[in-house]
Amino acid sequence: MKKTVFFGAVTVAGLAAGLASAATLDDVKARGTLNCGVTTGLAGFAAPNAEGVWEGFDVDLCRAVAAAVLGDPMAVNFVPTTGQTRFTALASGEIDMLSRVTTWTYSRDTDLSFEFAGVNYYDGQGFMVPRALGVSSAKELDGATVCIQTGTTTELNLADFFRNNNISYEPVPVETNAEGQQQYLAGACDVYTTDASGLAATRGTFENPADHVVLPEIISKEPLGPVVRHGDNEWGDIVRWTLNALVAAEELGVTSENVAELAAAPTDNPEINRLLGTESELGAMMGLDADWAVRAISAAGNYGEMFETNIGESTPIGLARGLNAQWTEGGLQYSPPFR
Amino acid sequence: MTSLTDPHKPAFRLSQLIYDTRYRSMTIQVVAMILLLTAFGWLINNTVENLGALGKDFDFSFLGSRAGYDINQMLIEYDNSMTHGRAALVGILNTLLVAFLGCITATIIGVFVGVLRLSKNWIVSRLMAVYVEGFRNVPLLLWIILIYAVMSESMPRPNDFRGEDPSASMILGDSVAITNRGIYIPRIGFSNSLSGNEAVAPIEGATPLATGAIDWILVFGALALSVIAVRYVRKKATITQEATGVRPTTWYWQIAILVIPVLIVSLFLGLTFSSPYLKGFNFTEGTHLRNSLIALWIALSLYTGAFIAEIVRSGILSVSKGQSEAAFALGLRPSWTMNLVILPQALRVIIPPLISQFLNLTKNSSLAIAVGYMDVRATLGGITINQTGRELEGMLLLGLFYLALSLLISSLMNVYNNSKKLKER
Repeated sequence: MKKTVFFGAVTVAGLAAGLASAATLDDVKARGTLNCGVTTGLAGFAAPNAEGVWEGFDVDLCRAVAAAVLGDPMAVNFVPTTGQTRFTALASGEIDMLSRVTTWTYSRDTDLSFEFAGVNYYDGQGFMVPRALGVSSAKELDGATVCIQTGTTTELNLADFFRNNNISYEPVPVETNAEGQQQYLAGACDVYTTDASGLAATRGTFENPADHVVLPEIISKEPLGPVVRHGDNEWGDIVRWTLNALVAAEELGVTSENVAELAAAPTDNPEINRLLGTESELGAMMGLDADWAVRAISAAGNYGEMFETNIGESTPIGLARGLNAQWTEGGLQYSPPFR
Repeated sequence: MTSLTDPHKPAFRLSQLIYDTRYRSMTIQVVAMILLLTAFGWLINNTVENLGALGKDFDFSFLGSRAGYDINQMLIEYDNSMTHGRAALVGILNTLLVAFLGCITATIIGVFVGVLRLSKNWIVSRLMAVYVEGFRNVPLLLWIILIYAVMSESMPRPNDFRGEDPSASMILGDSVAITNRGIYIPRIGFSNSLSGNEAVAPIEGATPLATGAIDWILVFGALALSVIAVRYVRKKATITQEATGVRPTTWYWQIAILVIPVLIVSLFLGLTFSSPYLKGFNFTEGTHLRNSLIALWIALSLYTGAFIAEIVRSGILSVSKGQSEAAFALGLRPSWTMNLVILPQALRVIIPPLISQFLNLTKNSSLAIAVGYMDVRATLGGITINQTGRELEGMLLLGLFYLALSLLISSLMNVYNNSKKLKER
């Protein structure tokens, strides 16, 4: 019997020791890949291309973080998540960061114990209807059937909007953007609602985009950004400042093309020098080397380049910078100073 | 006199715990118990530690806070200003609805197919075999999605019913509309409703209608009384038959007793059907059977029906051939032989596995996630968890609900089983 007690004690002690988990940064370095949660497919933001390689605005942020931390922008393991599974995946540690058009809200930040590492796209919820319906305002949608991705903030905004305007609707819950698109095109719902950027991205993949209109009403604020778990501040800092570095790079004119040249030797601009690690050791303060920002910018370009190649006006999605322009150009994208 | 001494009693040694058969089983049980408790303790400890590490507590108060989301199919009153608890209840009722409908249709399909599969007609029995093997061997999820896709892709849109020369039209005298958003059937209303609901006229000039619980209780109450009366009539006929050998003809009495009281109550309440009609984007009035409900219901019924058919077939085959030969020798018709001799005996074999099929169907209804049917998994286990971040609490409640429902179903079916099983005296 004594032996049993002894083994029991050993077991309990061993299990208790296993509970104290390592920090996310160490986990990622030890694993050699970054587990990044993305959408199950939203053109322009995150979708696999014909070769099966993930591409998009949210994907590029994951690649930038991977480049900063691991030195390899391709060392990312993309985990597709739905509106319902994303937070569980993040909370359980299945993914290290979530870059999935996720709206920053009070309760997600506090009650759900997550940490939003900034805003990479300022968005708002809109409505898309077939042009043939002849609807010109969302307030004319009384009695309409609305396709809505379940488990999102858009679901709550939609309920509030129709309630405030005292009109009725019939929600058709869908799980993913692809499913919503299929239901909408089949005419099983009159209206598709999600973030305006998502509507543009979805419409861009239609056969005849001109047959569908996005209504003028934007019914909510949807600041979309990368999310990490609460409590691991060091990892949160890395994601936050990688995003900031991309924004600052655009402001300072550092692009994927000239970054190598600018990083080769100190320039006249001390802010660029600090960002690119040619002056003072900013990288070491968060446990990375001096070149972290250079790698992050080389991965997919600065914020402006990421925007233009994935969702900008030259792409089928065709989004204008709008609120997402640099603060110097009347937008909201603003990086705190690197010093 | 020599005093008898007790035989020498060997001292207890530790090794006896393993080598002595008197103690061994006890030792094994104690060790197993300790291991089990350690495992449970570790699980609970792990949960508590991890919740602590995430800065979360264990709290069910979210059930009382405002839900904020809408649900399309509501069997009770609900809007987005009500609580998460109420939303969960709406979901529970939706789960119960599809499970109830599914169990009934699956049983009907299963019994028919099971009997027909034993038919001597080659074509009929082969066709039934194809059905059983086809549905049993393809995952349920595929059937649900297939039916849903067929409904939403190939049925006409509500807009197609509009205009001078519509490309689609309503069926059954303009009372039923089959659209890609579901099937709209006439709604039953009462123009003299007793429930105090405000009566509403669907279209200008139409009779005002309302539906309420009291009206339905009256109608079903009348029906229940009629059924009891019919049983009494039958019993009396049997008594007469046993006394005289001739069974009096009572079928017209039975029909009259069943129909007339319900008819009188309905007329008194002013029963009216209101057909769906196009207004704005959709059909209004009428009852809307959504695609998601239809897809889930049909797929669950056909899938579980295939299993039940096999159970019924095995039950019938388990009845010895001598039983039907004896029945035929007595001059019973084949249909009577089946109903009076074979099925009652087959039921004893059929019911126990049937219970687990009902449980399977109920639990499989959580596949509603695939088509956006708002069952309890979608409300409590989906949107509520997502909006409040209470995964552990929500999933525990969900598990508890399915456990309670399954236990309830199996205990009800066990009562039925006890009434049918072979009485051993």
